[in-house]
Amino acid sequence: MLKTEYILLIVGMGLVTYIPRYLPLFFLTQRNLPRWFIEWLDMIPVAILSALVFSEIFLSGSPRHLDMLQIKSLVAIPTFLIALKTKSLGGTVISGMILFWLMEWIS
Amino acid sequence: MKSRSSRGDERDANSVVNGKSILNGEPIPKDGRQGPKNPYHFRFALDSIKAAWPICLGYLPLGFAFGVLAQKAGLDLLDIALMSILVYAGSSQFIAVAMLSSGAAPVSIILTTFVVNLRHLLMSSSLAVYLRGAGRRFLSVFAYGVTDESFSVNLVKFRAGGWHRYQALAVNQMSNFAWIGSTILGGYGGQFIPAGSFGIDYALIAMFLCLLTFQLRGRLYVLTAIISGAAAIGISLVVPGNGFVIMASLFGATAGFAFKRYAQRKRGSYA
Repeated sequence: MLKTEYILLIVGMGLVTYIPRYLPLFFLTQRNLPRWFIEWLDMIPVAILSALVFSEIFLSGSPRHLDMLQIKSLVAIPTFLIALKTKSLGGTVISGMILFWLMEWIS
Repeated sequence: MKSRSSRGDERDANSVVNGKSILNGEPIPKDGRQGPKNPYHFRFALDSIKAAWPICLGYLPLGFAFGVLAQKAGLDLLDIALMSILVYAGSSQFIAVAMLSSGAAPVSIILTTFVVNLRHLLMSSSLAVYLRGAGRRFLSVFAYGVTDESFSVNLVKFRAGGWHRYQALAVNQMSNFAWIGSTILGGYGGQFIPAGSFGIDYALIAMFLCLLTFQLRGRLYVLTAIISGAAAIGISLVVPGNGFVIMASLFGATAGFAFKRYAQRKRGSYA
């Protein structure tokens, strides 16, 4: 990838990341969104994260196919429990990495 | 000068409905700006550091893992630093690097970034209630630092009261520096670490899993998560490309919202 193309890519990524962060701060300090829209928005984070997690751990290969029993999905169970128990982002990331590393090493 | 101050007053009056947060109807403190008001006060800074350090600690392994993966994907230190500064959104940076190595088109990377980071819309919406009266310049700087983690910490602090917006901004920026620094460190360390070692490939999944648990605040959210996850798998097997994440998320969120409304109506009829 060319340098200029890369710069354009990250500027584009930066813009589409910044705008949703900024617009509510700008507008909502002046007026309110309809209540149903806020309640709907409230469901978005859990939906996105779950869609990302499920597709990361249950799919594999290209063309992609369903693979319920692979190291990624098995390690997800203890990692999920550790996250629930500790509520620590750093701790979960490190334990997940170690568990995955061990499982790969064993198999 | 005069028109500017009058607009500020109007904003103050409209941001909150009957003294309650627009998101969840919780009463918010009348003055969210108690505590040490002097930004040069020692405790003022100390409280920010206390709130920010767990975030910074969490960002270290994550940023390091990102740096290593980015280095393996062929990005140099400057590329990594620029991405961390300009984008500053962990999960989408991981995804972008994965897509770059699989040769995806820049437009599809930008679109995916947009979809993945759209969730900040909600976070900024919740924070806006506590930032009434802040100037446009402050808001435009503050917006840059709204992440899953800084949002969670600042919202809790704002709700408890006595949290100054400059303390919130300090939390944002300390986390920001920790992220940028750790990604550069990872990019440097990457050349000494063979690909796939230390389970670094699992860093992103573990982060998503942890952020997901933060969102599971009740049965309704668990249900939404299951619907959205199942939809993601189903759609991804049928529709090629990366669009399945947004399609499944919109479907899952709408289904969850419908269930919530249904439950509310049912409860209402029995009441």
